[in-house]
Amino acid sequence: MNIEQTDFYTQAILSMAALVGLTSFLMLGQGRLLRLIFVFALQGLLLTLTTALAAYSLDNPHLYISAVLTLVLKVIFIPWMLRREVVLMNMHRDVQALANKTVVMLGGASLMVFSYYVLHPIVQTTSPVMLNALAVSLSVVLLGMLLMISHRQAVAHVVGFMSIENGLFFAAIVATKGMPMVVELGIAFDVLVAAVLFGIFFLHIRTSIDSLDVDLLNRLHEVDK
Amino acid sequence: MIATYLVLLIPFIGIIFFAVSGHREEIGKYNVWLNAICLLATIWLAINVLNQGTILSAGKAFLIDPFNVYLIVLTAFVGLTTSIFSSPYMAHEKDLGKLTDKRLKLYYSMYQGFMLAMYLVLTTNNMGVMWVAMEGATLATVMLVSLYRTPESIEAAWKYFILCGVGIAQALFGTILLYYAAVQIGDGENALLWSVLYENAEQLNPEILEIAFVFLLIGYGTKIGLVPLHNWLPDAHSEGPTPMSAVLSGLLLNDALYAVVRNKMLVDGASDSNVAGYLMMGFGLLSFLVAAFFLHRQKDIKRLFSYSSIEHMGIMTFAFGIGGPLATFAALLHMTVHSLTKSAIFVTVGHTAQVAGTQSIDKIRGLIKTQPKIGWGLLIGTIAIAGFPPFGVFTSEFLVLLATMHSYPWLTPLLLLGIGIAFAGLFRHIQPMVYGEKPEGQLPVKANLWPVIIHLGLVLWLGLAIPGFLANWFSQATLLISGSSPL
Repeated sequence: MNIEQTDFYTQAILSMAALVGLTSFLMLGQGRLLRLIFVFALQGLLLTLTTALAAYSLDNPHLYISAVLTLVLKVIFIPWMLRREVVLMNMHRDVQALANKTVVMLGGASLMVFSYYVLHPIVQTTSPVMLNALAVSLSVVLLGMLLMISHRQAVAHVVGFMSIENGLFFAAIVATKGMPMVVELGIAFDVLVAAVLFGIFFLHIRTSIDSLDVDLLNRLHEVDK
Repeated sequence: MIATYLVLLIPFIGIIFFAVSGHREEIGKYNVWLNAICLLATIWLAINVLNQGTILSAGKAFLIDPFNVYLIVLTAFVGLTTSIFSSPYMAHEKDLGKLTDKRLKLYYSMYQGFMLAMYLVLTTNNMGVMWVAMEGATLATVMLVSLYRTPESIEAAWKYFILCGVGIAQALFGTILLYYAAVQIGDGENALLWSVLYENAEQLNPEILEIAFVFLLIGYGTKIGLVPLHNWLPDAHSEGPTPMSAVLSGLLLNDALYAVVRNKMLVDGASDSNVAGYLMMGFGLLSFLVAAFFLHRQKDIKRLFSYSSIEHMGIMTFAFGIGGPLATFAALLHMTVHSLTKSAIFVTVGHTAQVAGTQSIDKIRGLIKTQPKIGWGLLIGTIAIAGFPPFGVFTSEFLVLLATMHSYPWLTPLLLLGIGIAFAGLFRHIQPMVYGEKPEGQLPVKANLWPVIIHLGLVLWLGLAIPGFLANWFSQATLLISGSSPL
């Protein structure tokens, strides 16, 4: 397939997929929390653009609602909440050196290859464009998990969690032209409640261990030490 | 159909009522009443299904068939008995100073929220809404796990939130893949409806569905508590309030398994290979064996029984994986009896912890001497869950064994070994707790043991004779799931 022969929409979706994948890698290697949150907001913005583009090209008005929801939740509300938390805890000057940065980045690259490998069987039923879109979504999900494993701050965990949601959302928009409206509203509601709960949790964790470093949450063991 | 809406409406009213109303002394009683009305609505629904067969609501939004109708009644029943237990229990916890009025309100509001999510998972016909409701159940219970605000409970809740949230995200990816396969055969808005998917299952692309099922099993499997995704479960059970442990073990795990089985039915329809079945058998057997060994190492009474839940969920997943009519029938029966027995056990465990003032197994002694009702309740509950005849758990485990001998004889020794190890693991801890002399100053507490008596009575009844209409539902559901009838 030659990319120049495809229509504008397909080309745009492919570049969006590439950019979304790139932001995931940027987050993975990021040691500063504020910049991490900024890249996360950027990923949200890319999602919003993708959704609006899909709504316009496919002439599907309900996708505009999804685009607005994404904009409000993922670009404005959640980054704002996380940023406030970081400034409040005075963590915005900390640079957290990642242990084994190289290994983490290489792991991320292998996860992307793995996603392509897992989803390869679907090429038979559809165009390679869909394979790209779905594989990038899956790798965003897996990279989000890797982000949670490699970072120790609770804020970074929330960013990882929400970026997993971003990957899923991208898959839903690109591969299936959006889920049925009731499902999308339900998912947006769940994300909103989850974000609010994370906010409450930060408060509780702060008051109980006076830090947002989840490595300090280590009281429950399978065996006594 | 009105009954379905009622079942969903009552807990919804409950959430708002408990959230906005001022503090009342008898708040627990209101909760009992709401659950009682809901139970009546579900019984009405069950009678409708009994008379008319499968009900599909007007917009195809809700589907009530023999597979979920008995789970709906079971959910309402366990919800009611647990609320009867929780009313004096939470009042006692408040007297001990562990809770404030505000948190008690949060508790009851979220109790209803959890019930709503459970009913929605069971009644919905839309696989996407099922996911949303499942995630909703996590969100409702996560604040309950951290209700006591101790560092341990906050850690447990955080772990529960992150692990289940990430886990269930995999299920959403599976659902998106399912939808992707479905839109290729047409009909966008209806493509996620289970009844539509089931009718057109042969046309769905088997390869995509198999990939989707892997994600769905991992995702919902996190909530079932399948090893190695089980880490949140013992923590959440041991640190949350005991009524929550009862409904988590009795209802949430069942409903997550229900979601997996619904998806498995679609994969089985689309694909000839038995990939879904083998995956479930593998995960189920692994969970069963690992949990049986872990029972021996526990120091906390609630962790002990949460590992027992993992073990039993493993058996059920394994049995659904085998997939024949006998195994499926056994799994359906096991879902029922495990749910009843385990919630009864958690009720007695809650009282036990209040009598002894601790959850540490080493410090709980002489229960029968202190308060015979609680001691005997715990002992009989443990006998029932360990699979002794004549209780229902024996019947269902025996049927699973028979089905295994029939289909995969070489797995039988592993099952027998696991059951033996689990039995030893439970009794080495339970025996010193119930027998022996009572420690100085251990006093009885005010306890209402009717829920335990009713639950164990029902389990006994199911072990001796399954009532006709229930057996009929089980066999219709078996026909639906496995394609042939067991009777």
